[in-house]
Amino acid sequence: MMTHQAKTLVQNLLAGDRRALARLITLIENRAPGAAEALALLYPHTGRAYLVGITGAPGTGKSTVVNALTRELRARGQTVGIVAVDPTSPFSGGAVLGDRIRMRDLAGDKGVFIRSMASRGSLGGLAAATGDVVRVLDAAGFDTVLIETVGAGQSEVDIARTAYTTIVIDAPGMGDDVQAIKAGILEIADILVVNKTDRPGAQNAVRALRAMLDTGHRLRTIHHHGQINPQRGGEPSEPEYDFWQVPIIETVATEHNGLDSLVDAIDQHRAHLRESGVIQDRERQRIEAELADRLREALLNRLIAERSPGAIEAMIRRIQHREIDLGSAVRELLDG
Amino acid sequence: MSEEKIRVLIAKPGLDGHDRGAKVVARALRDAGMEVIYTGLRQTPEMIAEAALQEDVDVVGLSILSGAHMALVPRVIELLRGEGLDDVMIVVGGIIPDEDIPRLIEMGVSAVFGPGTNTDDTVQHIKRTLKDR
Ligand SMILES: Nc1nc2c(ncn2[C@@H]2O[C@H](COP(=O)(O)OP(=O)(O)OP(=O)(O)O)[C@@H](O)[C@H]2O)c(=O)[nH]1
Ligand SMILES: [Mg+2]
Repeated sequence: MMTHQAKTLVQNLLAGDRRALARLITLIENRAPGAAEALALLYPHTGRAYLVGITGAPGTGKSTVVNALTRELRARGQTVGIVAVDPTSPFSGGAVLGDRIRMRDLAGDKGVFIRSMASRGSLGGLAAATGDVVRVLDAAGFDTVLIETVGAGQSEVDIARTAYTTIVIDAPGMGDDVQAIKAGILEIADILVVNKTDRPGAQNAVRALRAMLDTGHRLRTIHHHGQINPQRGGEPSEPEYDFWQVPIIETVATEHNGLDSLVDAIDQHRAHLRESGVIQDRERQRIEAELADRLREALLNRLIAERSPGAIEAMIRRIQHREIDLGSAVRELLDG
Repeated sequence: MSEEKIRVLIAKPGLDGHDRGAKVVARALRDAGMEVIYTGLRQTPEMIAEAALQEDVDVVGLSILSGAHMALVPRVIELLRGEGLDDVMIVVGGIIPDEDIPRLIEMGVSAVFGPGTNTDDTVQHIKRTLKDR
């Protein structure tokens, strides 16, 4: 795509054109020519939307909660952008994206924009381009952007980095009640939702979660993944703590029950982040991690481009034949 | 590094209540490397056009078993054009009498696939037609 087309799309998006919004998302998802320029033009218009992540094991009701939550946010006068991520098949590279099935109540509402995304090989619960797509919706002026993760139930750390408030959904009958969300995912929850409380076993799930949160206060360690700040490099950084009592909200998303409490909880968490200053810390960490990722990728690409074709291949062979060790290989490649 | 994927919306307009065929097609397109947005049963033409716009799809696949295709298809096409989505390819599957096929093609449908269609044919048709653009 020519640069001036990217520019026109950005102008049209800022003027409220939904088609331009949809096309820009595709451009960015495909890393097509013009995408980088479009993102640069959009960036000054970002930072206004409140970003909420929704994660949880498959079938717990994430999409149904997004549907009902969006209705409640709309009733409170907010516009809502939605990004729903489903897994890409590792065999074919294709995907069936089915989250919209549960969002039919949102059809015909111009204050809502839903976009389905395939994970395209990324393993952290989001696609590599999800952060950028969220920024496009932010620039388009949506008050809240909801991000539904793949929900593979394993490593869903990306969402905690992307969203300000992360909602983890559990439901009764998902096997051993808490097991489904135990593995590290509780760590990232700012709000816990027990959905499907119309089902038997719901109170057991609530009790089990409450026991896990036990003391009532959680110390959320603020991680410094991918740190690149040289002043802080080297020595382990001081853990920072964020005192927030994680609420457990009970919902029946199919009946639109409990969503008022959920929106209240989001508002309270948002106020907490603002008052404690944690919101700046989180954004700063996110930017630091993203910058580190991008630098790593760009530096690697630059290096590969500068070396003769096959240089990396040759080095791999030498390492394999025990002619050189990894550390020396890196030094040799860097020195050209 | 650009990585384009063919994006397809599979929708079931109208009131007939089963989507086994639509799901088989959705999975076949996925297995051919496409990203398929599956929207489920009982979609109105308005819902289909809106989803096609938001999802920026290359193809809209309509599965119709109810016999209402001569009403539903032109309505979907009209709405897509109204949104400026003139270049979206439309394919129709389901139970469509032979004599209706030429009229659907005339309206702008790219191809009609009956119940016995091999899903490979659908895949090939989509890939070929999009490449020729
Ligand atoms: N009984 C009951 N069923 C619900 C409730 N919420 C969702 N469901 C049903 O649970 C099933 C899964 O819901 P989804 O919203 O698709 O779940 P999901 O977590 O988005 O699923 P994936 O995206 O596939 O991981 C559907 O059949 C919903 O109708 C609820 O509150 N009560
Ligand atoms: Mg879902």
